[in-house]
Order: sequence, then structure tokens, then C-alpha cells
Amino acid sequence: MKAIVTVIGKDKPGIIAKVSTALAENQVNIEDISQTLMQENFTMLMLCDLSSSKLPLEKLQAQLVEMGKEIGVSIHVQHEDIFNAMHKI
Amino acid sequence: MLNRKEILETIDMVEKEHFDVRTITMGISLLPCIRDDAKLTAKLCYDRICKKAENIVKVANELGAEYGIPIINKRVSITPASLLTSSFCGKETVLAKALDDAAKNIGIDFLGGYSALVHKGMTSYERSFIESIPEALATTDRLCSSVNVGSSKAGINMDAVKLMGEIVKQTAEITKDRDGFGCAKLVVFCNAVEDNPFMAGAFHGIGEGETVINVGVSGPGVVNHALKNMKGASIDDIAETIKKTAFKITRAGQLIAKEASKRLNAEFGIVDLSLAPTPVMGDSVAHILEEIGLEQVGAHGTTAALAMLNDAVKKGGVMASSNVGGLSGAFIPVSEDIGMINAAKSGAISLNKLEAMTCVCSVGIDMVALPGDTPASTISGIIADEAAIGMINNKTTAVRVIPVPNKGVGDFVEFGGLLGSAPIMGVSPYGCVDMINRGGRMPAPIHSNKN
Repeated sequence: MKAIVTVIGKDKPGIIAKVSTALAENQVNIEDISQTLMQENFTMLMLCDLSSSKLPLEKLQAQLVEMGKEIGVSIHVQHEDIFNAMHKI
Repeated sequence: MLNRKEILETIDMVEKEHFDVRTITMGISLLPCIRDDAKLTAKLCYDRICKKAENIVKVANELGAEYGIPIINKRVSITPASLLTSSFCGKETVLAKALDDAAKNIGIDFLGGYSALVHKGMTSYERSFIESIPEALATTDRLCSSVNVGSSKAGINMDAVKLMGEIVKQTAEITKDRDGFGCAKLVVFCNAVEDNPFMAGAFHGIGEGETVINVGVSGPGVVNHALKNMKGASIDDIAETIKKTAFKITRAGQLIAKEASKRLNAEFGIVDLSLAPTPVMGDSVAHILEEIGLEQVGAHGTTAALAMLNDAVKKGGVMASSNVGGLSGAFIPVSEDIGMINAAKSGAISLNKLEAMTCVCSVGIDMVALPGDTPASTISGIIADEAAIGMINNKTTAVRVIPVPNKGVGDFVEFGGLLGSAPIMGVSPYGCVDMINRGGRMPAPIHSNKN
């Protein structure tokens, strides 16, 4: 399954490092990544392949959300199909 | 890779604008469970529901997590129960209890289909069934009931209209310790649809398949938000924006409905693309109408704004789903919508204006609290008026009113949760008892003769 991981919050050093390390430890491959600063807000979008993830989706979500709280960002992990369905004809 | 703006838009819809899938409803045919014994029929129904829908809550929660869209309610609708109880008149509540137990066992929010379809005629077993509704609703927690009293094809069964006025009153009386709460689970329909996923009016029509998944999407907050940036835009631009927003919302519903039916081993039925409000701030249909430019919902212009909203929602949704059904439009339940509650409090909206609004939207007089001393015949009159609107306009209309025992105009009633709260609205002091007592059947309109 392909998922979109979204990270939104106040910018500070080490956000990408923390998120990508957590994904790597769970054998989640990042296939595409883009990040930007909008005013003070850091937003990062990643397209990830979860097919060999060590954790099932719900546990991975819980782990990332928890980590997001620690570093002050909100993290979502969602199946990419929802975005395709809603925004592509 | 996907467009950044689109991804963030979806996330904002859920986080800030209360976008959700309002319900996944599994329709189950219980026709194979009919026996001539109440207890045996009840047991077979219980077993069948528990088996068919055992995973509905689990699958809905999984899908909610996977796609990041909350799925609020998990429900079951069944074959109209009056068909199941025909051979054990007087013992219908045995089945009601079993259905409620099944709902609790599988952990769903509501089970709909304690229903009878009597739009043309009423058999003796259907009359007996309808007479069991007050007790059934008073002794269960999650069971919902509906009765269809008219259709564009058959006309209006005025005997059933009379009976339902009395049944609504009895239901309020028997649940008076909870302010007539039983009536919140009872709908009287004209042109009831067989695949409606929303409560309290859901049932699994006899024209349906064995097990079907119907999904109801929602999102008044999303539409409201989209209109916030459109100050001064012309009404056709507003309609266009609503249409596009409805498209996106419905697509999410379609995806989840397809996936849910696959995982639950059921047919995909329909997506119902209704804007269903909740009492939470930011989740109101009335506020959309106010965003369009009404000082408060109920003002002159409300019916026109609602007509446009309802139509634009349908147009957007129809392209987004392969099968659109149910009620599909805008809901205007008074107690379940913070904007409607405020309008009722300030006197901006009345029963008369609500009736006009029901001519152009997808439901009827919904979740309106009435004075406890409202005569049964007056409630029948309200039902007859709504049924006539539905019959003549070829649309579904419904009445879900709560004559709150021992309370009058100006009092406030709390139902809690999604059912919300409402000030009691006044009814006309003039009666219609002689008309209601006539009974009989109002003939179908001329335009029903299409063959």
C-alpha cells in the first residue's frame, strides 16, 4: 500500500531527520518527498511504500502521531487513494 | 506525486471543517428468517444480523484510519419488520427486543427497519405492528422505526395518517420521563426510499439484494468553509462552488463505500450525498444558508437559498458516484443543527417556514419539538401536509416531531448527542380533526399516471 505522510507544524532543526529515521526503522520506503515553509509553518509531504512495513498501518500511525507531539508537529498517514479519489476526475 | 494544495485541502477538511463519512449502513434481508413463531423468528433474525454484520464496526474503524476520514456511525437496516411479524400479531415486541440485542452485540449505533409500508392499504397485521411501535421504542435503545403512509403512485393512506398521529402521541407519552425521546426514533414518510442509510428512516427494501452497503457522506462545514472566501460572488458562482465541493465529498464516500462492501462481503448499494448537520459548531446547514447571505435562517429568501443548495449538492454528487441514492440533498433537522436551534430560539424560523423549506430539500419536518398538548389530529395534519408535498412533487418527505409531554412553547428540550436540543415550537391553534377523522385514501395525483 502507498501512503501519503504529511507533516505540518512550526519549523525547527531535525524534523525531516526524525520522521525519516522512524520510517526507515519500520522498513518504510520513501519514494517521493517535498517540503516547504509557508510563513513559519513547515509542511512536508512524503509518498511512502508501506508494503514491507514492520508495523501495521494503525500502529505506525500511532507511533508517528506520538513522535509528532514530542517535536511539535502534526503527522498524518493516509492511503494515497483518498487524495486521488477526491481530487482527480 | 500529488498536488500539495490538494493534500492539504483534504487534511483541512477533516481537521478544521468536520468532514466525515456520517454512516456506513449495512442493509440485510431478513426474509429467510420468517417463521410462524415469535421467539423462533426473533432468534433467527438475531443470528442473521450478528453473522452478516459482525465485522462492520471493525472494518469501518480500519477504513477510517487508513484513509484518514472519520466514519462516525455504523448502522444496520433490515427488511421492514411488519413483513416478519405477520403471523404472530400481538407479539411484535419480541422481535423488537431481539433486534435491539443484536445491535448491541455487534456494537452498532442504530438499527433501522422496525417499519411498515402502508401507503396504499393497511392489513390487519400491519395495523397490529404499527400499534406495537410505542412499546417497541420505549423498551429498546438502538431500534429505529418508520412508516410510509403515502406515495406519488398510490396517493395518501389517510387511515394510516390518522393512526400515526396517535402513535406519535403514544410514543411521546410512554417515553415522557425522557421528554418523549422515543419520537426521535420514529419517522413517518411519503415516498420512502429503500436504500436510505440515514436514521431514523433507514430500512432495507424488499427490492434490495441480500446484503448491501450504503454510505452516507456529510460535510456542511466543508461547504460553508468553501463559501467563506466568496464574499460578493454571484449566486451562480456560489452554486458552482457547492457543486465542486459536493463532488469531492462524495468521491471520498464512494471510495469508502466500495472498499467497505468488498471487505464486508456485501454488494455496494449507493452513496447518499446528503449534507447532514450535527449540533457541533461548524457543522451546520443553516450556517451555509446564512453564509449565502441570510441574516438568519428562516428569513425571506431561505427557501430559494435552500433550493439552490440542495440542487447543487445533487449535481456535484451525481458525477462523483456510480450509484447515488437514499435521500441525497440537504437535511434541515431543527434540534441537530446549531444554526437552526438558534433560529428557533430567536423566533426567526417557524413550523410554517420549515414546511415551505421541505418543498425544495431532501427531507421534511425533522426533529421538531412541539407542545405536549398538541392533539393527535394536529400531528396527523402535519403528516398529511408533508405527505401531500411529497406526493405532488415526486419526492421523499418525512415527519419526525416530538410532542414533549408537560412542556409548552418557550420550553427547551435536550435529547443529547447527535440528536441535540431544541426549543419547543408552536403549532396552529386551529384544528383539523374532522378532516383527519374522514379516513380513506387520497387519490394519487394525475401526473402519477405515466404508463
